Amino acid sequence: MLETIWFALWGILWAVYFVLDGFDFGIGTLAPFIAKDENDKRAVYNSMGPYWDGNEVWLITAGGVTFAAFPKTYAVMFSSLYSALLLILFCLIFRGVAMEYRFKFSSAKWRKFWDTLLWIGTFGPGLLFGVAFANLFRGILIDKAGVCHGTLFSLLNPYGLMGGILFTLIFTVHGALWIAVKSGGDFGQRAGKLAGKLWFALAAVAVIFLAATFVSTHLYDNYLKSPFLFVIPLAAVGALISIFLFARQAQWLKAWFSSAVFIFTVTLFGVVGMYPNLLISSLDPAFSLTAFNSSSSPLTLKIMLGVALVFVPIVIAYQIWAYRFFGIADGAPEFRPPADAKAVKTA
Amino acid sequence: MDVLMLSRLQFAAATFFHFLFVPLTLGLSVLLAIMETAYVRTGNEEYRRMARFWGKIFLINFAIGIVTGITLEFQFGTNWSRYSEYVGDIFGSLLAIEATVAFFLESTFVAVWALGWNRLSAKAHAITIWLVAIASNVSAIWILIANAWMQNPVGYVIRNGRAELYSFPAVITQPLAWNMIAHTISAAYILAAFFVMGVSAWHLLKKSNISFFKSSFRIAVTFALLFSLVEMVQGDIHAGEIAKYQPAKLAALEALWNTTKSAPEYLLALPDPAKERNSIEIGAIPGLLSFLAYRHFDAEVKGLKAFPRSERPPVTLPFFSFRIMVALGGFFLLTTIIGFIRRNSIEARPGLLKLFLFAIPLPYLACECGWILAEVGRQPWVVYGIMKTSQAVSPISAAQVGISLAAFVLVYAFLGVVAFYLMWDHARKGPQDETALPGSTDEEVGYA
Ligand code: HDD
Ligand code: HEM
Ligand code: HEM
Repeated sequence: MLETIWFALWGILWAVYFVLDGFDFGIGTLAPFIAKDENDKRAVYNSMGPYWDGNEVWLITAGGVTFAAFPKTYAVMFSSLYSALLLILFCLIFRGVAMEYRFKFSSAKWRKFWDTLLWIGTFGPGLLFGVAFANLFRGILIDKAGVCHGTLFSLLNPYGLMGGILFTLIFTVHGALWIAVKSGGDFGQRAGKLAGKLWFALAAVAVIFLAATFVSTHLYDNYLKSPFLFVIPLAAVGALISIFLFARQAQWLKAWFSSAVFIFTVTLFGVVGMYPNLLISSLDPAFSLTAFNSSSSPLTLKIMLGVALVFVPIVIAYQIWAYRFFGIADGAPEFRPPADAKAVKTA
Repeated sequence: MDVLMLSRLQFAAATFFHFLFVPLTLGLSVLLAIMETAYVRTGNEEYRRMARFWGKIFLINFAIGIVTGITLEFQFGTNWSRYSEYVGDIFGSLLAIEATVAFFLESTFVAVWALGWNRLSAKAHAITIWLVAIASNVSAIWILIANAWMQNPVGYVIRNGRAELYSFPAVITQPLAWNMIAHTISAAYILAAFFVMGVSAWHLLKKSNISFFKSSFRIAVTFALLFSLVEMVQGDIHAGEIAKYQPAKLAALEALWNTTKSAPEYLLALPDPAKERNSIEIGAIPGLLSFLAYRHFDAEVKGLKAFPRSERPPVTLPFFSFRIMVALGGFFLLTTIIGFIRRNSIEARPGLLKLFLFAIPLPYLACECGWILAEVGRQPWVVYGIMKTSQAVSPISAAQVGISLAAFVLVYAFLGVVAFYLMWDHARKGPQDETALPGSTDEEVGYA
């Protein structure tokens, strides 16, 4: 029972992480294509500035919870995905410093440099998380001793790559909608419209991915066993459609929330499909790590549950407060155009 | 090089670098909170300008603390998977608690604080920096409890082929943990105070913003004096704890080869590990080591030869790190006493000001020496007495780790240069006019 609760919390943490940091990844990925001038770029950075670190802590917690609740999974998963994970970490480093340091430099060359790092630092993790999760759904080459026989390149199989493309599209739609929420004016409108266009690509890839999932993975087994679970993918489809409907009416905040629900349910779809596996071995199902054979002792799980039940609601409460403080609930644009944009020297 | 050596180098590079930025975060957040509280209580604009000026530096430093912290969190899994599997039941939960109770609070409110100058009342704004200060210090407490558990594992049983939690209270209340916490946090406060004093000294030497930097100096010198005293007294107790829990480390940091009654303390020695002796020993103070370790001049202190070779830590590195750290601790106490006495006329004493300016890097050195002592002195154990470092490493290819180590060195070197350049640049310019309004180009985007 405790193991199952922690499995659920584990999945929820990843889902919340993708909902929150997902818009950062999307915005950064789109930035070079939609931010035309210094003002637009400032809007790009402003729309993430107050949030990115708070969002990233959900990743730290997801990692920490994997370590605390399922230490063996943490050990085998992270060492097996060594190169992919370190690439993600370096990208996140680039993203963080670019966010914080870009405006400390006034020369155009330096700003361009930080913009490039921001792009790498957001496009990279979005793509790589997609590749990694698709491979987790499919299973990786781990043996009985938890040693991985694959490399970074064995992750780049067609299904893994499709996962990467899917995540990238999900995040760009999510990010574009967030810009539309946060930045009024022409830039916000353009971003919103772009989300509407990217939606078609997203819907197409999502359908193909779901079909491929049927072929390449065993994710549907749980659903076929307990058909009521199909509410999760159905909710995802509903959310996907409502993104489109709201975006068409330029109701950006509602479209963004639909996108949030979409990301949440898509992640849950995968996680529920994997249950009770946390790390599937593609060599032999008997080598897979599950919530039961890789969990911590009941005492640790209980203590951690106590900590989570007390602190996670508090965290959620003040994070919601902070989002409102920076003006999301009313859709008020955080971004105000600068009084003068002359500070940018042409180096 | 093999995976083990590469992973150790990578871990050392990553933690050392992280700890170049952590202490300033821990200490300066408290100093900022004190400054803003002073502003709320007195209404004196200067305190507000102080919080803004030092706050900018704080944020530049904070950014690197964060981005380097996240790699540490994942490195246990990537590079030390055997370790993670074996002790995750205890160690993992401490890291997860740290993230849940501290990192969220800190990362959320640092943004509110940095961007909330014009949106919050003075009082509410001061509360946000207190939250940041408390959260960062609480995060240090949890990570140090985790590290202390590696130094002296308690509250566990070996069951199911791994260490399992037996008593959570034993883990979080063990004396060694609270000694490390007191010691490391005091060290951080000393570092931050010397940073503020050093930068203030630079401006006072140039006679710019005299009143502003004089009051900054006065706040910092009081803080530094207090914690230098604490550090001295506590560091001595700390060494006693080491004698109790890690006799091999004590022998190494004192370069004591033979088990000795009434063991002397050498001011200087040159260990020669191959011959299992010291080639030079200068300034023996009879019985002092016995006294420091066991509060008794005749007590017997175990020498390195009492331990099998395979369980002895390296000697030279811990020995010298300890000497440097303690010498610097004495230096800090002395200079802060003088600085404190002269605090009201400090601007007229260029010699003293120069001393403080050049002292900025010294607490950094002391902190890193402390960690070398703690970590290298724990070798060959990763968890003292129950798991060797060589058993902890992941079953991965050396090539992967070699590449990532090279990437760490390159990226971190670049980050270090940029961050210290920005801090220096900002410190040099001094307090700016606070005319920048929200929405002007000076309005910062992120929190930094
Ligand atoms: C400003 C920094 C600073 C200063 C002035 C001192 N230390 Fe320190 N020391 C540290 C910064 C530090 C540290 C970085 O914070 C360490 C590393 C791990 C830890 O807990 O604290 C440390 C570790 C450390 C250890 C090893 C702890 C372990 O193995 O777990 C001992 C025995 C001492 N110290 C003793 C002293 C003494 C007797 C000092 C006398 C003045 C002293 N330190 C000053
Ligand atoms: C932040 C300051 C720290 C510094 C500067 C530091 C430094 C080092 C160094 C130099 C080593 C290599 C020692 C050797 O192999 O000879 C090491 C190893 C290690 N330390 Fe620390 N450390 C720090 C904090 C921590 C903390 C807080 C933890 C635990 C939470 C920790 C856990 C480890 C582990 C797991 C290893 C790897 C195994 C080993 O080589 O011992 N360290 N550290
Ligand atoms: C190997 C052990 C360590 C790990 C795994 C670790 C982990 C982390 C992580 C993940 C962050 C980023 C948090 C964020 O994004 O907000 C961070 C930052 C920080 N860490 Fe470390 N850390 C370690 C060692 C230490 C030590 C020894 C201390 C202090 C004694 C410390 C104190 C801090 C502080 C004050 C920050 C500043 C930023 C923040 O808390 O958000 N850390 N650390």
